[in-house]
Order: sequence, then structure tokens, then C-alpha cells
Amino acid sequence: MASLIGFYSLVFGLCLSFIVVLFSIKNFRNSLVFDKKILSLTFLQLFFVITSFLGLIISFINSDFSNETVFNHSHTTKPLFYKISGTWGNHEGSLLLWLLVLNLFIFLFLLKSKEQDKNYRILTLLFQQVIIIGFFIFIIKTSNPFNYIFPVPTEGLGLNPILQDPALAIHPPILYLGYVGSSVIFSATLAATCLNYISKNWAKHIKTWVLWSWIFLTLGILLGSIWAYYELGWGGFWFWDPVENVSLMPWIALTTLLHCILILEKRKILTSWVIILSISTFTLSMCGTFLVRSGILNSVHTFANDPERGLYILIFLFCLIFLSLFIFFFYHKTEDNQKYDFFWLSKESSILVNNWFMMYFLVVILIGTIYPIFLEVINSEKISVGPPFYIKLIIPFLIPFLFAMAIGPKLKWIKSDIQNKINLSIFFIISFFLSILIIKNLKVNFLVNTILVTSALYLFLVTSKEFLIKGINNLAQNLAHFGFSLLILSILFNNFFSTEIITNLKIGETFKSEKIHITFESIEKKEIKNYSSIIGKININDPKGLNQTLEPELRIYNQPNIVTSEADIKTNLFSDKFITMNLVQNQDYFNIRYQIKPFMIWIWLSVLLICSGGLISLFRKKI
Amino acid sequence: MKNKIFFSVAIISSLIIFFVLFKGLQNTNIYTPQVDVKKDIPYFEAKIFDSDIVKNSNEIFQKENFYLLNIWSSWCAPCRNEHPILLKLKDQVNLEIIGLNYKDNIINAKKFLKELNSPYRLILSDENGIIAIEWGAYGVPETFLIHNKRIIKRYVGPLNMNSIIEIKKFIE
Repeated sequence: MASLIGFYSLVFGLCLSFIVVLFSIKNFRNSLVFDKKILSLTFLQLFFVITSFLGLIISFINSDFSNETVFNHSHTTKPLFYKISGTWGNHEGSLLLWLLVLNLFIFLFLLKSKEQDKNYRILTLLFQQVIIIGFFIFIIKTSNPFNYIFPVPTEGLGLNPILQDPALAIHPPILYLGYVGSSVIFSATLAATCLNYISKNWAKHIKTWVLWSWIFLTLGILLGSIWAYYELGWGGFWFWDPVENVSLMPWIALTTLLHCILILEKRKILTSWVIILSISTFTLSMCGTFLVRSGILNSVHTFANDPERGLYILIFLFCLIFLSLFIFFFYHKTEDNQKYDFFWLSKESSILVNNWFMMYFLVVILIGTIYPIFLEVINSEKISVGPPFYIKLIIPFLIPFLFAMAIGPKLKWIKSDIQNKINLSIFFIISFFLSILIIKNLKVNFLVNTILVTSALYLFLVTSKEFLIKGINNLAQNLAHFGFSLLILSILFNNFFSTEIITNLKIGETFKSEKIHITFESIEKKEIKNYSSIIGKININDPKGLNQTLEPELRIYNQPNIVTSEADIKTNLFSDKFITMNLVQNQDYFNIRYQIKPFMIWIWLSVLLICSGGLISLFRKKI
Repeated sequence: MKNKIFFSVAIISSLIIFFVLFKGLQNTNIYTPQVDVKKDIPYFEAKIFDSDIVKNSNEIFQKENFYLLNIWSSWCAPCRNEHPILLKLKDQVNLEIIGLNYKDNIINAKKFLKELNSPYRLILSDENGIIAIEWGAYGVPETFLIHNKRIIKRYVGPLNMNSIIEIKKFIE
């Protein structure tokens, strides 16, 4: 029943799209004021999509296995929370979530843009409706979440256990708010370009949207990363997996866009940058969807591979690209009266430098992600691009980027001079010596790493000074930049100081080294509704007198029958102790992996700081 | 003028990207680890489906031609989808398809075959799933291509058109 309602709501929603388009065109041509009916119709459409989404959620809660999506991704013994999160843990449901966010954002946009020009609002709505219609058809045609199966199976196939996790349950909605939120920026920018509406005021108005989607995207990536850290069990938080890259690329584009908008707010320059970045943010999001859903890439985010879906998104994506290229080239007028008169030392030029660096990082990641596909098509050679590629290409450029980031924000608009030269050089010297001290004792390449740590420390010192002295003045920016420096520093230290012990132990055995004793004390078995668990008690004893018991867990899920390994992590301010236990086939010992990961918590905290910078910027504007 | 050049360059390069991605879509990308070591088939004894005759693996795979062992069940939805593909292979010379009916209810299994036709030369029944374990099967459906009592290729999950092409290549 719920499925039926869901399906029909979807169809009604699509019909409403056409009605909205019709009314909008009429209103665009004939009237001077914004027709209230359009707003109501958009709301009605949102209502139908919400109903449809609720219909799917209810089918999941009731374990209605006559629905194919529910049958494929749910099971009666699953806890309620994961039944609900299973709704968006699969291809069909997550696309419905896409659609929901698309509708939600355009509705909010119409509500919040009342002071803007009527034609601009309507044109934005029209562009957004084009995207919405595309997704409606995509869902109904190729990935209908409400397919009916007969005879009705008595039991479902179950949700992949590694997805049964709180962080991952909220990861898709948050990420989508960011990902799909950029659609409004895309539509609004296209509309503004067509109407030649881009101005300082427009920048102020669109900034809110950029910030919201940026915050959600950052949080979404963070959640995914935290999940990978404790669930995948290798103690890393970023694997340069194609799907991670696909979320990082729009993030970089969006971050760059945010900086450009800040300039546009002050001076009407860099409009081409703003347009191109808005377009590329959303295009990259779509491109991500294409790469993940078509099965063209292999990765941890496995969705059912279906070339038909891939083809549809590909065609749709390129239609959008052509449309936006067309609008950009034929409607966008570069300002002739205001030549780009950048003084080399000014805030504008430093942001421009930032842009170019960001574009470089973006291109590196883009090439790393899609080059394997190109090579396979042209040469039918299979390669995979891993972390070494990204590290080699990104690190050398990260160094000047960090220095520029330390100095850039201190510059003034239009024309500036570096002030406090003494201060800045003292900081440089301090960070240089500190990093020598740190790197000296490590077995890593001395020169490169010293310079790298120097740049990171330098940024850290400069931003923390700004943060402490002028904190309130420019809190949002200071907080975000401070967070970023902390992030880079934590990642670096985390890489340098991580240690790892991998050993096979039977129950009762002890692994001994100079620094540490690991004793496998006992195991305990528990039966829980949808899995049985084996919990190991492992005692970590180091000669300094630290004595801790960690309890990693193995979960054997019954439906589908998969073993997952749950890490036990003891976190404190300085380091994480991370332990996982794995079954070894046909043996009576367990594989134990113990890692000490310093500054893990600072990685998460610094990303939160970056986000809170964005939040503060949003709310300060209102005051 | 300058604008037009840029525009055409942008359009052409996106067309190229479109073409490459379009081509890329047609490559299957389901990752199957390559197993170079060809394993001998396990020894087992099985009851012939719907009878009490017991045969062992040496008797079943004695000929020199290729065999396709397909593990199936009437309760398995993907098996139903796979069935037409198996039927396409039915008349292949030099290939015998052998079904292994896995943990199934005999009445349902018969109904299944009556409805969809049987591609199998011989059906073995595996009521408690032990034979599938001996083969190291991951689940149903799963298919093994066998020649000279050795496993040449294994297909986890349902067969598709690409696997048919591959199997035909092997047989030739």
C-alpha cells in the first residue's frame, strides 16, 4: 500500500513539474510580479516527493517484501534504525533522496529570495526544474524504488552489514544536502548569467547557499571518513578511493567558489570564475553520481551495475554541460570598463593564487580518478591509481599553497603591503627550527618533510596568532583557516608517528616486544538479534606501567552471511589506540592488528572547526 | 571571435570525454579475481534428481567434452533470470550442462523446470547443501566450467551475456 502511494506520488510529482514549468514561462513573459501560484505548486511538488519518500520508508519499516527494493536491502531481524537508514542505503532509495533534496532546495530558494528580481527567481526555478524532471524520469524509468514482486518473498536479502552503522546511516543525507544543494547554485548562476544579473548584491544573496552546501558537504565527507576509519579496519581515514575523490572534487570547487564569491561581494571582478566554478561544482557532483552508479569504476561503494542507468546519467550530464557552456559563452558579458587591475600584493590576487592552486589539486584528482577509464577504452589496459600518485603530485604544491594561505588573508583589498614583517619572519624561523627538531629523529626524507612541516607549522602559528588576537573581528575566516592548518598538521603528524603491530595470537598467548606486551586473554560469545558476536579481550601492557584492555569484536551477520570486524578504539587527546581482530581460515589463532595513531581526534576536530567557521559566517551576516 | 574558438574547443573536448565515457560504460567492470591455477574437481557422490540412483563425480564427468555445472534453486530469484541464458547454451555441441539443485523442495523445483524448461542434461540433487560446500560455492546461482575434470572458470552469481560469449570461446 505504502509502495503504491509512493509510486503514484512520484508520478504526480513529475506531472507537477510540467505544470510548474508552464506557469513559470507564462509568468516570465507576461507579468511583472511573481505569481504566488508557482510557489504553492512547488510546495505541492515537494509534498508529493516527501510522500513518496515516506512511502518507501514505511515499506522498509514494515518489511514489505513485495517491494523489490525492500526485498533486496532489508531483513526482518534488522533493528528499526537500520531498517530506516536502509531506505537510502541503496541505489533506488538514494536517488529518491536526491530528488527530495533537489525539490527541498528550490522551494527554500523561492521562499528566501523574495527581495530578488522576479525574472531571476523564475529562471532559477526553470533551470532547477530541468534537473528535477531529468531525475524524475531517471528514477521512474531505470531505478523505480517501488517495483512490485510476486510471489511475495517471506524474507529479504538483508542490508550489507558494513552499512549497519550509525555514522554511515546519516552520512548519505548530510552528504546529499551538500552535493545536491549545489544544484541551486548551478541554477541560480545560470539564471543570473542569462539575465546579466551578477552583481555585488547577487553575490551576497548566493553566498548563503554556497555556505550551506559547503558546510553539509564538509560534514558529509567527515562522516564518511570517520566511518571508514573505524569500520573498514585498516586504521586509515582516506584511501583515495574513486568515490572519495568524487566527493572531494566538488568540495574543492565549492571552496574555491566560496572564496571567489567573497571577492565578488567587494568588487565586481572574477565573474567568469564564479560562473565556471558554480557550473563545475554541480557538474562534478553529477559526474560523481555517474561514476558511482554506472559501475564504470570499482570501489567500496558498490551499487548494482547497470549500463542503462549509466548511459542515462551520462547523456543527461552532458546535456547540462552543453547547456551551461552555451549560456556561459553566449550570455556572459565580460566587463570592459573594469579591467582586471590587480595589484600583485592584494587580497584579490592572493585569492586568485588560491584559486589556481585549488584548480591544480582538482585537476590532479580528476585525472587520477578518470584516467584509468580513458586508458582502458583507448588501450584496453587496466591500471589503478593509488595514494602514491596523489601524494607525489599534491605534496610539492601544498607547500607554497600553505605559505600563501598564511600570508594572503593578512593583505588588504586593492593594494596592500605586508605588515609586521618582523613578526612573520620570527614565526618562520620558529617553525623552521621546530620542524627540524621533529623530523630529525624520524626515518623519513629529511629535506622535503622539513619544508612541508615548516609550511604547515607556519600556517598554524600565523593563524593561531590571528585567531587569538583578532579572533572576534573576523572569526569565521580565522576559525576556518585555523582549522585547516590544524588539519594539515594533524594529518602530517599522524602519518609520521603512526606505529603498527600485526601478529597472530592464540587465546592465552602474549606478543612481546621491547615497547609493548600484547596478551590475548579470552574470548566471549554473544548472540544478538541479527548477528552473533565474538568479543576478544586483549590486554595491552607497556613497560611505562600503562595497562589497558581493549575489546575488538567480530560480528557474524546472519543475513547476508558476512563477517565484519569491529575495531576497538581508545581515544585520548594525543593518540588513538586502535585494535582489530580477524579470523584466519581453518586456524585456531586470530590475526591481531594493533595501531597507535597519534592526533586522530584532532583530524576530526579540525574539520569540525572548519565547518563551524562556515556556520559562523552564515549567522554573523544576519546579525 | 575569441569566444567562438573557446566555445568550439570546449564543446569538442566535452564530446570527446562523452565518447570515451560512453565507450567505458560498455566494458564490464565486475571485478573477478583471476585464478590461474586450474583446480581439480572435488570427489563427491550425489543422488540424481527425482530418483534414488546415486552417482559419483567420476561417473558424471567421465567424457572428454566440456561440462557446465550450474548450482540453482527454485527459490532463488536470480536463478530465474539466469535460466534463459542457460537455455541458450543448451544446444551447444561439446558442452553438457549439469544442474545441481541446491537445498530445494522437489515439488517447487519440478514446477520451476516445467515452467521455464530444463537446460540440463542431468540434474543432481543436493538436499542439505553439502556438495555445494565441497565445490567451495559462495551461493546460488554459481556456475563452474569443467574440462578434463578440472575447473577452468568459475562464475559467482548469475551468468550474463558476456559469460556466454566467454564460455563459447572456451569451448572452441
